Amino acid sequence: MSCFEIITDYGLRSIGLGERLLPKTDFTICHQLTLIGSGMLWNIYFGTVALASGFVLATLLALGKAANHFYLRKASEWFIFVFRGSPLFIQFFFAYFLFLSLKQNFTFFSPLTSAWAGALFVLFCNTAAYSGEIFYGALRAIPKNDIEAADAYGITGWARFRRIIWPTMLRLAWPAYTNEAIFLFHATTLVFFSGFPAWQQRGDALYYANYFADKTFNPFIPYPILAGYFIILTLILIGLFGVANRKLNNHLPKEQHSKIKFKIKLIR
Amino acid sequence: MTTPKHMNLFYSVGTVLLLLTLTAPTALLFGFGGAVMARSKNVLVKVIGNAYISIVRGVPDIAFFLFFVIALDQFFEWIRHKTLCPEWNEPIRQGNDFIVCTIAKLPLNSSPQWIHEVYGFFLAVFTFAIVFGAFAANVLYGAMRAVPKSQLETAVSFGMTDGQVFRRILVPQMWIYALPGLGNLWMILIKATPLLFLLGIEDIVYWARELGGTKTAKFTSYPHGDWRVWYFFGLLVFYLIFTRISEVTIDGLTKRLSRGAATLGSNLQGQVGR
Amino acid sequence: MKKLIMSTLIWGLTAGFSLAGSHSVIRMGTEGAYPPWNFVDDNGEVAGFERELGDELCKRAELNCEWVLNDWDSIIPNLVSGNYDTIIAGMSITDDRKEKIDFTTNYTQPDPSSYLAASEGANWSTGVIAAQSNTIQAAYIAETGATLVEFATPEETIAAVRNGEADAVLADDSYLKPIAAEDSGLMFVGDRPLIGGGVGMGIRKSDAELRDKFTAAIESMKADGTLNALITKWEIGETF
Repeated sequence: MSCFEIITDYGLRSIGLGERLLPKTDFTICHQLTLIGSGMLWNIYFGTVALASGFVLATLLALGKAANHFYLRKASEWFIFVFRGSPLFIQFFFAYFLFLSLKQNFTFFSPLTSAWAGALFVLFCNTAAYSGEIFYGALRAIPKNDIEAADAYGITGWARFRRIIWPTMLRLAWPAYTNEAIFLFHATTLVFFSGFPAWQQRGDALYYANYFADKTFNPFIPYPILAGYFIILTLILIGLFGVANRKLNNHLPKEQHSKIKFKIKLIR
Repeated sequence: MTTPKHMNLFYSVGTVLLLLTLTAPTALLFGFGGAVMARSKNVLVKVIGNAYISIVRGVPDIAFFLFFVIALDQFFEWIRHKTLCPEWNEPIRQGNDFIVCTIAKLPLNSSPQWIHEVYGFFLAVFTFAIVFGAFAANVLYGAMRAVPKSQLETAVSFGMTDGQVFRRILVPQMWIYALPGLGNLWMILIKATPLLFLLGIEDIVYWARELGGTKTAKFTSYPHGDWRVWYFFGLLVFYLIFTRISEVTIDGLTKRLSRGAATLGSNLQGQVGR
Repeated sequence: MKKLIMSTLIWGLTAGFSLAGSHSVIRMGTEGAYPPWNFVDDNGEVAGFERELGDELCKRAELNCEWVLNDWDSIIPNLVSGNYDTIIAGMSITDDRKEKIDFTTNYTQPDPSSYLAASEGANWSTGVIAAQSNTIQAAYIAETGATLVEFATPEETIAAVRNGEADAVLADDSYLKPIAAEDSGLMFVGDRPLIGGGVGMGIRKSDAELRDKFTAAIESMKADGTLNALITKWEIGETF
């Protein structure tokens, strides 16, 4: 079987398209590359959707934690505390358990026991809490004169937030937020590993790497392949976040500009 | 709650704490080495340092743990094999088997079980240190860059050598900049400990799962249903308390070090205190 | 110089000793989470059918044995890497595994697998069937018309049937029996497919001597009926 055929058969296996049965014998490097790569679709799906949706909640949490309103502040603090303070491993366990009991009472919750919705929800809360804390830290680090300058120009309320505080917060938080994004994508490998069951052998990259390691009894091929995929994914992420970082810093004088650029470079 | 089996759970808490206390300085050492290498003027050393940092940081820790420990173990045994049994002429890899001479085995096959466990524990510390060392290297590298250039230039103008500048100015100063990043790393390290069972260490999650699982009366004098939720709840509380204590400690340190900066934060703090 | 020769001699001697006694301690790798085959008892010790069997085999083969716990997923890589010398963990002898490691002669008859469900009418042939990932049962269901759902531990597969996530669970009959006996809400349904061969001890291919010792010991236990007595005691399945 040529490698091209393998790719057409198994390239989308992780989402249930193509061959129904996984290969059983004669595992080639091509099989491993294709199936593990196919599993990466899940990692990318979890990572991207959780990051995008978590971003919104994170901003709200950061503002909530900095708010004067007592209950708002406490609620944000506790949310961040619980999700940042416990291992994701344990969060998955509890979430699955909770979703199961919810499902038994209300059919509305039934998608949550499958990974695409349930694990996504946990990852969403998780990244929102981490990013929320980063944004909160950045919020507190905004130079006072920036705000004072805005006040002097008569920019207040929503406009002050949208035009001054929010962009500055993002700019300050960006390097740490880049790291959080990388961690989030790495964390997606835990979904099928410990948290949620895999249906009909549709799993993420680690699931297939594990499958091959089990079938060939040789961990030294599939896991390095998985590692390679993740290194590529990480490099792409860093590239994208670097572009965004340049956008955020566009208005700054050249000298400061290049300094931050250099900081990003070190991750590469 | 007090059968010898349950004691394993409590011992494993000790194991986890011991691992953390050993891993943190080791990882810092790796990180320091990595950062210094990445700053080196020698191109080769610089490339190695940067490769270490970016490759290890790019890989999810689970994927790393799943094959790295076996590889590390075989690597050590291979080195010992080369030095201890030069006259051995059979191949090391016979089919699928990895075979070294008996005295090169780590630990020796005849050693008691506790030595095997200590060795496994050592491998786990080493693996954790390599992974977190890469992250620490990244933090320290950034911190070294953050030390104001003028300080270093002043030192040079006082006639200090490169080494002196590094030891007396750069290293003492960089900790202030590195502290938030290292604190964050410490928290991540704590939360990575449930993955220890992948490294062959029977950690708290392993025992919580084992003890909490349904026990039929045939195999134990204390049968019970699926109690994993309660055991995991205990773990949750343990981790929350542990990270909380760490967070407060790190916050205190940071505050002491960064006193006097005029940011929106110091303003907000006043409001919180009201 | 004299000193150097002496120390070389001593070193050589001790090396010779350790080579002669290359199997002075046999490390027995098991999972410890699969009653009645092997599990960790209230005292934190490895117990079960395979513990008693293994201890008896070691006695007969005049070997000094030590028990080691290892995760199921990495149990074969750690054997070939030399971290223990045998796998005695309810491992069925299959062709796939035989390519990688050797097995002693089987010490149990092939154990049929059974479907355990929460109701008599459960759809075991085309419904949702739970199985532990990386087991022969998981591979079997993937090929039938049923929908496979995989969990990391056996415990979770049973829980999935209890809470209705799966219609039934497929696992070794001997593992499911004590569970079904204590929970009136669970019952056996459908076929009892014979998936694996018998269970044997896994041993490195390069370790033929050790394999033969254990095979001989197993044969002697088969011959004098002690093996059958153990199988009956732990309700492992058919006797020889």
